[in-house]
Amino acid sequence: MKRFKGKGAYGALALGKAFVLDKTDDTKVRRVRIDDTHKELRRLEKARGAALAELDEIYEKALLEVGQTGAQIFEIHKMMLEDEDYYSAIENTVKIQMVNAEYAVSVASKSFSSMFENMDDSYMQARASDIIDISNRLISCLMNKEKTDIIQGEPVIICARDLAPSETVTLDKSNIRGFLTSCGSVNSHTSILARNMGIPAIIGLGEDFLSSVKSGDTVTINGYTGEVTVCPDENELDNFKMLIKKDEEKKSLLEALRGKESATIDGKAVKLYANIGGVNDLGAVLYNDADGIGLFRSEFIYLEKDTYPTEQEQFEIYKRVAESMGKRTVIIRTLDIGADKQVEYFGLEREENPALGYRAIRICLDRPKLFKTQLRAIFRASVFGNLSIMFPMIASVWEAKAALSICDEVKAELQSEGIIYARDIEIGIMIETPAAAIISDELAPLVDFFSIGTNDLTQYTLACDRQNPLLEKYAAPHHKSILRLIDYTVKSAHKHGKWVGICGELASDTTLTEEFLKMGVDELSVSPSYVLPVRKAIREIDLSK
Amino acid sequence: MISFTYTIKDKLGIHARPAGMLAKVAKEYESKIYIEKNEKKADATKLIALMGMGIKQGDLITVTADGLDEYEASEAIKGFLKENL
Repeated sequence: MKRFKGKGAYGALALGKAFVLDKTDDTKVRRVRIDDTHKELRRLEKARGAALAELDEIYEKALLEVGQTGAQIFEIHKMMLEDEDYYSAIENTVKIQMVNAEYAVSVASKSFSSMFENMDDSYMQARASDIIDISNRLISCLMNKEKTDIIQGEPVIICARDLAPSETVTLDKSNIRGFLTSCGSVNSHTSILARNMGIPAIIGLGEDFLSSVKSGDTVTINGYTGEVTVCPDENELDNFKMLIKKDEEKKSLLEALRGKESATIDGKAVKLYANIGGVNDLGAVLYNDADGIGLFRSEFIYLEKDTYPTEQEQFEIYKRVAESMGKRTVIIRTLDIGADKQVEYFGLEREENPALGYRAIRICLDRPKLFKTQLRAIFRASVFGNLSIMFPMIASVWEAKAALSICDEVKAELQSEGIIYARDIEIGIMIETPAAAIISDELAPLVDFFSIGTNDLTQYTLACDRQNPLLEKYAAPHHKSILRLIDYTVKSAHKHGKWVGICGELASDTTLTEEFLKMGVDELSVSPSYVLPVRKAIREIDLSK
Repeated sequence: MISFTYTIKDKLGIHARPAGMLAKVAKEYESKIYIEKNEKKADATKLIALMGMGIKQGDLITVTADGLDEYEASEAIKGFLKENL
């Protein structure tokens, strides 16, 4: 039995047989003298065409599996393959040394990857693996290798030195229990892709790892701790099986709640929604069986970009979310930039107190063009599902009115351009400033719903900076002041026939679920992984008692 | 020949994606476009060479365009840099 420790790239447990991935190793390429260099160059050009076509396919596949940010790397791979310096280096080796193209590619691969390896920046160093990846692809196209799926039969744990991003995407995931690599860094696309795909992975297990494992060996992976054992002894195996059993018990207990209604014993139905940051979270939402999306933090679309996302880009994202959720509600919170979420291209001034500063709706009202771009994208996508809009950081009636009137302008513009949108789209506001909670009776008539953001409401009510760990004991979210503000907000909304939800951390606090339901809260929106635990809590409550 | 200087503001510098986009823009023009930093110089149409310069946030680069459409080319590159880097 041997133990290894690396970095867990994705938390989960796995037990299975190892499959050591024998990659196209460039050392296996033989140097062969050739006579007809023209013929060899034509062969090279043909192989490049084939490699580019493969990358197109992988890009499309990755787009579906991991989204645009994750797939982008394959576009870069294409451009690298088309790079003049790289390609002419290969051509020159063929011409001058009169050697086979495979060998010429392996030479270029070494020289270009070592250039990246020698750079003083960890991001650029990690790009060496991209050069090796495209070179190996080109070599296997030259060798006309059949790309059969290596794994057939029983599920395995893939062990490799490092996995090229294209390999992680092309592998048949249904047969893989986990990934183990001896190299790999947090900057490697592999760990990011593995995380997005939800496959347990441990990276950076060290050079010894690969020489200590062979295909068929039993391997245990603990993605929570980063521990791996190869050929565990009986004792270890028993312990690990116990661990898996406990993990599964916990999961199956919740599993039984999938498909069940989120309602109390006495029959009060609660809308149990999930919070997401982007399309990558959709899988988790559907898997955990949320009744809808109560908070789509649209600012992540802006945070991931280097420049303003266009209307079309945003439209595609909202459309995808709307379509995936079908009839179920999706509440999109408009841009909440500022405070702890800074975007450089917005060119905002530095502030003394960013949390009390220029953020969210305040920026949007000052920059109507920016705001309208987002609203147009949402309205256009609204016909593909059941979208709602929600404005963050409202403190006064005039702000809500101003935001609503911009919505009206957008609707009128779309109308005159002949673009369709859902006319019954619900518009609500976040209640996350004490001011909004206190005047909630005046805000309620203006909108369709409220969603209470307890994180900011706590920070603003108790005057405690969320980011300051020293204030933890003061920033008590169970503070009576917070609960009273929530209670008053619910009453104000109901008085005007509007519904109220909670989308902050407090929504997943099951010690408060009963109290919230007693107040009359209609919706709870939590992280996808909390949906089932909260459903369990709701189903154990009897409001008639 | 036209040249101008620019200070990189992006926190990752000229990393893979903007280098790819920059190369695409540069390819649209007949003029030769070069990016220079200290002693190093790269043809802006070449992705790997651009990345290999290791240009980081705060670096001052010099862009030169030489050819029939050098004015249009340098304006396009300037616009691209301002928006993306």
